Amino acid sequence: MGKQRIEEVFQDKLAAGQKLFVPYIMAGDGGLDILEERLLFLEECGASAVELGIPFSDPVADGPTIQDAGIRALRNGTTLTSVFETLEGFRNKLSMPIIFMAYLNPIYKYGIEKFAADCEKAGVDGLIIPDLPLEEEALVVDYLQEKSIALIRLAALTSPEERLREIAKRTEGFLYAVSVTGTTGARAAHQANVINYLRDLKEITDVPVLAGFGVSNPEQGRELGSACDGVIVGSKIVELLYQDKIDEVKRLIQGSIYNTSISSSSTR
Amino acid sequence: MTTYAMPDKQGRYGKFGGRFVPELLMPALLELEEAYEKAMKDPDFTEELDYYLKQYVGRETPLYYAENISKQLGGPKIYLKREDLNHTGAHKINNTVGQALLTKRMGKRKVVAETGAGQHGVATATVCALLGLECVVFMGEEDIRRQKLNVFRMELLGAKVESVSQGSGTLKDAVNEALRYWVSHVEDTHYILGSVVGPHPFPKIVRDLQSVIGAETRKQMLEQTEKLPDAVVACVGGGSNAMGMFYPFIQDETVKLYGVEAGGAGITTNKHAATLTAGNLGVLHGTMTHLLQDMHGQIQEAFSISAGLDYPGVGPEHSHLHDTSRVTYTSITDKEALEAFQYLSKIEGIIPALESAHAVAYTMKLAKEMEPDQSLAICLSGRGDKDVEQVKAALEGNKNG
Repeated sequence: MGKQRIEEVFQDKLAAGQKLFVPYIMAGDGGLDILEERLLFLEECGASAVELGIPFSDPVADGPTIQDAGIRALRNGTTLTSVFETLEGFRNKLSMPIIFMAYLNPIYKYGIEKFAADCEKAGVDGLIIPDLPLEEEALVVDYLQEKSIALIRLAALTSPEERLREIAKRTEGFLYAVSVTGTTGARAAHQANVINYLRDLKEITDVPVLAGFGVSNPEQGRELGSACDGVIVGSKIVELLYQDKIDEVKRLIQGSIYNTSISSSSTR
Repeated sequence: MTTYAMPDKQGRYGKFGGRFVPELLMPALLELEEAYEKAMKDPDFTEELDYYLKQYVGRETPLYYAENISKQLGGPKIYLKREDLNHTGAHKINNTVGQALLTKRMGKRKVVAETGAGQHGVATATVCALLGLECVVFMGEEDIRRQKLNVFRMELLGAKVESVSQGSGTLKDAVNEALRYWVSHVEDTHYILGSVVGPHPFPKIVRDLQSVIGAETRKQMLEQTEKLPDAVVACVGGGSNAMGMFYPFIQDETVKLYGVEAGGAGITTNKHAATLTAGNLGVLHGTMTHLLQDMHGQIQEAFSISAGLDYPGVGPEHSHLHDTSRVTYTSITDKEALEAFQYLSKIEGIIPALESAHAVAYTMKLAKEMEPDQSLAICLSGRGDKDVEQVKAALEGNKNG
């Protein structure tokens, strides 16, 4: 399915008047045994897709919450191989897209060609590589294209306009708008210029624009979502799942996707 | 021989190098590259750099003919490039002076750096004090324990030292934290990377700034012996002193170059830092190079008695020079380094840094295969004062064990 599944699912949700919400979870945090249960739960809550983190020993783009989740996953013995095997076992029970968030080295070591083939086999539809800028992506693009795996590019607040245009042009599935100047992790507030940045990105691309990094509550989700097509939430989801607060996960997702139906209970 | 012209425009040394960083950092790397290339063509900048290297750092450093060890070992004439005599006690300041001047030129007021042994941290804190820049240094908690004195030095110099407890609490983890800090403060902060590692243009900038070591050595050898050395030896962690020493000799085909990695407890154990000798290809800290990693691409901890060599990667240009066999890379164990540390102290009255002791130890082996009419230059990258406490403990441990 690959890229096409991301496009179709996102278009359906947007056409129904929803905002997109992509939760991030770390594969293997809590053990791979609970991955199926967690993904089914997220889909049931209304997640538009899931971003599945592949643990890496040196995650330089991540803040403390995701670093710790990665360490827990590695201690469980989580590997790319075991994640692929686990996904294959239950992929057909889920209809939402699955997107990997993986640093380059574990993929490179696995072998990029084999990685792309196994993504297709396990039903992984897209890929985010946080340490692979435009300048270096030739290393992977052909292999991914051959299997129709979307390579989702990241835009940054520091990127000059010319780079943003190139990133927007090349991205597949959606555009990942990194919305803080920093690493992943919950933030109390975003910089004032973020809304304009998101609106500008909307203007230069045809694919959905999702804001990520630093989103931790439905208010932020709606605020950023109002300027683009939705949000990606990582650290907060990882933290809530780790603390077993699944009701709050549900509230966070549903409070973000329904722009108009904000119930008083979810806003406090 | 064709002219050696690395890196290419993409920051590649053959298949190694590159810029594997988050998009957030790309504009800063491009800005740095442009600022650096312009600065090096600007006489105002290069004259200022030369001024500080001479009047503040104390260059040029002597090339000392170590007659005692040369005679005892019975092989070639051995020369020591005395980088230990630089201000702050190591070669690290050659790089930090240049990058701090560049920081000011780019209009940035803050500096972040990582440090292993603390030498780069001290050298960075020093130039930041000199030039009025704010300075934050990330250092692994294990290294903080090993190098308490350098932590206090940095604080005296006005720097803020941040302890890093993630991972093995050594240099690799300090680089991760420094990169994260840079990602969050990139608009007003320059990252003064301390070795020929990381994304382009850092490996090139650090090499160029350190190549004053090799350029002086080459000139001094010609002055003192009227010929080039037959061999040049330097220790390699990330590889900045070695790259600075080797670079001016790369096209001198008669000069054999030897890079000495940290063999730790031995390269057949899992406790070493011999990346080129025992590692394989991967991507870490923004560059493609040889790494110590497991079969799943997770980076492994490096081990060495010397905090400055304790790094699971190596500069991409070293990987290239290894692949093309221009440089021979080898390793020396902790035990051999400790012996060389004491040997040089007793025979020449020079206490070397534990890092540099690896180069001395390999020279002791290499000298046996060379002739008295030959010559050899060692980059004595730093002085050993910082290591005496640790060496004392190690030697007492040996006696008691």
